[in-house]
Amino acid sequence: MPGQIQHPGYEEEKLLRVSKLLPCRDVQAGRLLALMGEPEQYSYPSIFIYGHRATGKSHVLHTLLNELELPYATVSCVECLSLGLLFQKIILSLFGSDCVPLLPRSPSLSDFVRVYKQLCVQSTAKQTKYIVLDRADLLRDMEANILPAFLRLQELVEDNVTVVLLSEIVWEKFRPNTGCFEPLLLHFPDYSKDELQQIMCEDSHPSYTSELYSAFINILLGVFYSVCRDLRELRHLAALNFFKFIEPLEKDEVKESDIHRLWRNIEPHLKKAMQTVYLREVSSVQWEQQQMAEKEAGALRGLSAHAHVELPYYSKFLLIAAYLASYNPARTDKRFFVKHHGKIKKNNFLKKHEKTSNHLLGPKPFPLDRLLAVFYSVVDSRVAPTASVFSQISSLVTLQLLSQLGHDDQLDAPKYKCAVSLDFIQAISRTVSFDIVKYLYDFL
Amino acid sequence: MSTSSVSKGCFVFKPNAKKRKKTTSLEDYFTHGSENTENGKLRFKTCQTLWDKMTADTEFLQDELNRKILDSLLEFIRKSASTFQHGANDWGSQMRAHEIPTAALVLGVNVPDHDMTFHSLSEQLQQSVTQFVVSLQAKECAALKQLMQNVLQRLMGASVSVKDDDLDESEPGCSTVDHKRAHCSLSTLCDWYNTVTKKASSGTPGKKRVSAGKDMHQHPPIVVIFKDLEAFNSRVLQDFILICSRYVEELPLIFIFGIATAPSTIQHMLPHSASSLLCIELFQSLSCTQHLATVIDKVILTSQFPFKPSGKVLQVLVSIFLYHDFSVRNFIKGLQLALLEHFHSQPLSVLCCQKQEAQGNLSKLSHQDVERIQQLPSFMRYVENQPPEDQVKLLTNDDHVKEVCQKLLKDLRKYHKNYYPILRCLHVLTSSLPKYPLGKQIRELHISCLEKNVWENEEYASAMTLLRMMAKEELVSALQTCSNILKPGKTKKIKAALLQLQDLLDKFKKPDSVSDSAAVDDITSPGKTLQKKTDLFQLQKSLMEMKGSRRSKKMSQYEMLREEALDFIDQLVRSHLAPPESQPLYEVCYYSSSAVLRRHLNATPRTSIQTALSNPYHYLKNEDLRNEDGTVSNAAPDICIVYKLHLECGRLINLYDWLQAYATVASAAEGKDPDSADYGKVNELKHARFIQAVSELEFLGFIKSTKQKTDHVSRLTWGGC
Repeated sequence: MPGQIQHPGYEEEKLLRVSKLLPCRDVQAGRLLALMGEPEQYSYPSIFIYGHRATGKSHVLHTLLNELELPYATVSCVECLSLGLLFQKIILSLFGSDCVPLLPRSPSLSDFVRVYKQLCVQSTAKQTKYIVLDRADLLRDMEANILPAFLRLQELVEDNVTVVLLSEIVWEKFRPNTGCFEPLLLHFPDYSKDELQQIMCEDSHPSYTSELYSAFINILLGVFYSVCRDLRELRHLAALNFFKFIEPLEKDEVKESDIHRLWRNIEPHLKKAMQTVYLREVSSVQWEQQQMAEKEAGALRGLSAHAHVELPYYSKFLLIAAYLASYNPARTDKRFFVKHHGKIKKNNFLKKHEKTSNHLLGPKPFPLDRLLAVFYSVVDSRVAPTASVFSQISSLVTLQLLSQLGHDDQLDAPKYKCAVSLDFIQAISRTVSFDIVKYLYDFL
Repeated sequence: MSTSSVSKGCFVFKPNAKKRKKTTSLEDYFTHGSENTENGKLRFKTCQTLWDKMTADTEFLQDELNRKILDSLLEFIRKSASTFQHGANDWGSQMRAHEIPTAALVLGVNVPDHDMTFHSLSEQLQQSVTQFVVSLQAKECAALKQLMQNVLQRLMGASVSVKDDDLDESEPGCSTVDHKRAHCSLSTLCDWYNTVTKKASSGTPGKKRVSAGKDMHQHPPIVVIFKDLEAFNSRVLQDFILICSRYVEELPLIFIFGIATAPSTIQHMLPHSASSLLCIELFQSLSCTQHLATVIDKVILTSQFPFKPSGKVLQVLVSIFLYHDFSVRNFIKGLQLALLEHFHSQPLSVLCCQKQEAQGNLSKLSHQDVERIQQLPSFMRYVENQPPEDQVKLLTNDDHVKEVCQKLLKDLRKYHKNYYPILRCLHVLTSSLPKYPLGKQIRELHISCLEKNVWENEEYASAMTLLRMMAKEELVSALQTCSNILKPGKTKKIKAALLQLQDLLDKFKKPDSVSDSAAVDDITSPGKTLQKKTDLFQLQKSLMEMKGSRRSKKMSQYEMLREEALDFIDQLVRSHLAPPESQPLYEVCYYSSSAVLRRHLNATPRTSIQTALSNPYHYLKNEDLRNEDGTVSNAAPDICIVYKLHLECGRLINLYDWLQAYATVASAAEGKDPDSADYGKVNELKHARFIQAVSELEFLGFIKSTKQKTDHVSRLTWGGC
């Protein structure tokens, strides 16, 4: 397979090395190389590369640029808190640190273009320069002119420069309303199972044979391929579980060729890993410790097992009231909370105008007045409207059990939503022996 | 102090330090308004010493409680830091994705209490692990930029001082960090970190940092503490984690998440792409109710401190804790308030101190104070029980009163010394009973003991019947614990009780063999008689009989002993757990005005506003405004009149009608003749007053303008007519 990548502009030897470093990405690399052309040829102004996480986008690009010794600048947009930082980084990697002071404080795009042009004239290099923008989707959140400008930077600075955008999102989501220069699109598809196997087998453990490792990877992929195709995660999982896999070998219980028994040994273990360490319920360090100690399953409780929250007595009732206000239509309050609610016939009343359950629609906003009215009718004792009852509402908001709608500063009739699940509120109401289901319209 | 700005705006004028008048000291506040300043000063001093001791004790206690979790956290951070330095070589760590070690610290919902924990955590970290600790609060990190700025500033700011200390003369030029020019990015931090650590390792070693291992100094971890994770913007947090994960190979970053609710919040806040970059370990702190129980145990249920809150006061404090905030800090603050109020309002509290001081203070009492003693209800009760000749002496002779008081104070101290151990014993016995008739927590038992004679409660009787059915092992182990509680007691009565208890315990241990054989006899004998009966009714009858006979027979040695032991306990309770009201001079030590405390700690702003508006006399104390029947006199302030009138309206109020009604009332207040032509007419002045009152009412939130109807405002409160 090596040797598929061919280009007259570069030495055969370098290309061979590149293709060795890029298993299963020959097609993409070849296409990219064809786009880039020979070092001094003008390339297409902007290239947009997209594909899921860990599909080798930046790896391919960086290997090519590094191995072929082309000048380039890589910037991850997530780090660029300001435009200035973005420009600064580009100038720094393309022209060196001496040129950075040329940029004014908080530079604008035109400052950047001016400085770039100025520096271009001075330098004599004719090679195509590459600017790689990682996480390019964040460019959309910056000023409106940034993305279109980068797409046609070649034109603006009149230099041999190509901008490569990397993203996990398709180009359609980028296109600004005002229209822009269309970049060339290049898709990196997910690795197939065979490809994953091939790539992962390359980093086999030095003290074991590659056949054994490949068998291990095969088993691992059998379990995890259906839920995870992220190469980075899979490698991480392989590293975490390999020592468990070879444990019977170490103890001389099983021979290396007896893959079936090894499989039987590791499979339940991997299944457990899928539920715990893959979901970060248990940290990888704890997972390893657990393996060493050979504890039984369930010795370590995951993060989501600790869902219990202790709240002050009135906070519990406030939360219950908020839940009721969020999930019951306001007109039904009378039925639930007024003792003699008149002649509302049950059968008539139960005819639901909205066929869908309120729990499927999600919580609805309610004003503070309604919350307090419900609160005073569900709490069993007389509660004075003290300042601390009100402050509990705002502390529930900071705990993210309630969420406030609109702006924080709104003092006049604020609106809230209840942000907890039915299970959670049932657990809470059980502690104060309040039967919440009886008060929910959906469960009548 | 003026501004040349023409535009409107708010300007903050910080008070000029020089201009400030001599500030009144705390002591002056305390003695202000009391007729006897000498006495006041003395009380202030005793109050302060007592409080200092109490705070020192509670702080020590809280450190003790936090120690376990802090130690495990420190251990975690040390371990993560050392894996950063050593673990880069073997196959496993090369293959593994680089995760940021993260401690999820679950602290409970009482957010204000967390500050102390974080404070001591970062202090300990700085002392023993690393000087690079940053604490972040959500409110200062609304955007990623601010977050970065905070992290960088605090870290690099800290380093500047370090450089000054350690290597100022070595390379002065390089070490200055150009804060203005430095962009907020982690690569800046990275460069800075490398220079600092390089210098630290090459520079003068062993100057001050000795505590941790050597390698820790070469790469001290950077600890970022997110104090209130829930309040952070999840987007900001995600981005920050993403950025940090790019540098995790160069920077030994460690996160600590302070979580108030449950650890699953992390998963709610962060998507898998972000949480997969973290290596989260969980640390759970002690629940705040346990925390409170320990504080009460050490500060209130002890004879060490002379100051005591009464049952009602304690109830107020505990209910604020349980119903409202779960905050131990607020509980302690409430206790402080009670202490201050006690010393401030009770002149006789000079006697509320340790033994020697109390004696000194007693001898210094003035005639007026002695009169105060004589007027104390508990003292009067005491006097009534004395023989007549003593009574006269007690009411006339000051010196005699002082002598008697000395004895009474001694008795009071003794009462406390006996009270608490016996209370604990009773709690040990009753806390394991089903349904907890006397309360699960010792504070509940304490409160019921403070309120009235506990043995008169129904709950006490039911607890005793339950105790009389207790199995042997349980009872013996409970009694054993009781004897351990009584051991440190020093008073005669406690010592005598201990002896008796141990005697009983010995008896419990001995008769094992005798009672066992007796029980075996009991069980075998009825079996034979059973076989003869066939009739169902007969069977039932015989079974009943057997039950009766067994009970009477089974009054075995153990049961007799149990009876004896419980009678003994009952007698102890009756003699020592009498409520403090029964003790003369209890007013000196007990603070009992719970209403004051409740008003201060659990304020009801809305009720006060309504009181002020509907009954202005309550605050203004102007005799003209006095009204018994709930009406507002027409001499009341405009806003009260307007408020009263608005109560009579529905949800929408017609402004014109309102104005007319107001004008009528205002005219009556002016004392005009009701028949005159301009009675009730609106003039400019009345109009202006009315508008002002209405806007004040709007400001207070009782009404707001509405677009539903012209010239109307809508009411924001219900009812009240």
